[in-house]
Amino acid sequence: MRFAVIMFPGSNCDYDMYYAVKEILGKDADLVWYENSNLSTYDAILLPGGFSYGDYLRPGAVAAASKVMNQIKEHAAKGKPILGVCNGFQVLTEAGLLPGALLRNQNLSFMCHYESLYVESDQTLFTSEYNPGEVVRFPIAHGEGNYFCDNNTLQSLKANNQIVFTYQQNPNGSVEDIAGIINESGNVLGMMPHPERAVEAMLGSDDGLRLFKSLVRNWRETYVANA
Amino acid sequence: MKKVYVHITLKQGVLDPQGKAIQASLHSLGFQEVEDARVGKVIELHVQDSPHLEANVQEMCQKLLANPVIEDYRIEVGEAVRS
Repeated sequence: MRFAVIMFPGSNCDYDMYYAVKEILGKDADLVWYENSNLSTYDAILLPGGFSYGDYLRPGAVAAASKVMNQIKEHAAKGKPILGVCNGFQVLTEAGLLPGALLRNQNLSFMCHYESLYVESDQTLFTSEYNPGEVVRFPIAHGEGNYFCDNNTLQSLKANNQIVFTYQQNPNGSVEDIAGIINESGNVLGMMPHPERAVEAMLGSDDGLRLFKSLVRNWRETYVANA
Repeated sequence: MKKVYVHITLKQGVLDPQGKAIQASLHSLGFQEVEDARVGKVIELHVQDSPHLEANVQEMCQKLLANPVIEDYRIEVGEAVRS
């Protein structure tokens, strides 16, 4: 299984993501510069955190309008797993691949610490290695992670089990304590907390590793077991 | 060439913590009459004049300048500028 980690100008968690997948998970991974990239040879696309284009206009807005997003949208429509973490989540909402938007944190502060999260759904490509309701610890590092959507969107997120992670103690004002959501077809996950920074005990938590293991296992079951 | 101002504000109903902080600060300066403050931005474009100018700026707002999930925008076509 091959992973692409997309680098935008201003991405700064690209190497963390690459390290998690390449060194800890032990899978093929490439850091892929967003321009002139060909993503068709990759099995999963990872959008890392950071401040793409300096957060100009709105976080993720300029990256979401870049050409590589057309490719990412095509792969998303074909069912390829796509994970956006932090700024990657903001890019996915700005691109319309996930509903809602990320607003300034309610207390206006940039926050950088560990949070305890509930795994709300283990029925996804990304979370099948977790137990439903399990509490995991991932770091957050964001100033604009306050998830917002209108009431109709919220109802449909709930009805389709699209809320994947929630905060045990809401740090940023997100509606319904939402920390991560998935698209309706279940292959695009966006989340503010950083699973890639929680992949070995010396980092403070290795709870994030199972997210990547879930992806590998589900990919293997779909493409290798049936081959 | 025309000057076009795009005024972008958070939608009513979307919490604006920056606006709240400004309101609180104005209150602490003694301006108790301020009942609400909301922060937005103005983008000033210089656009080649054409019959489609306004429609094109609308499209720019939809595609990039505003996020319709959380923001409202208003387009104001201003004075002609020399190119």
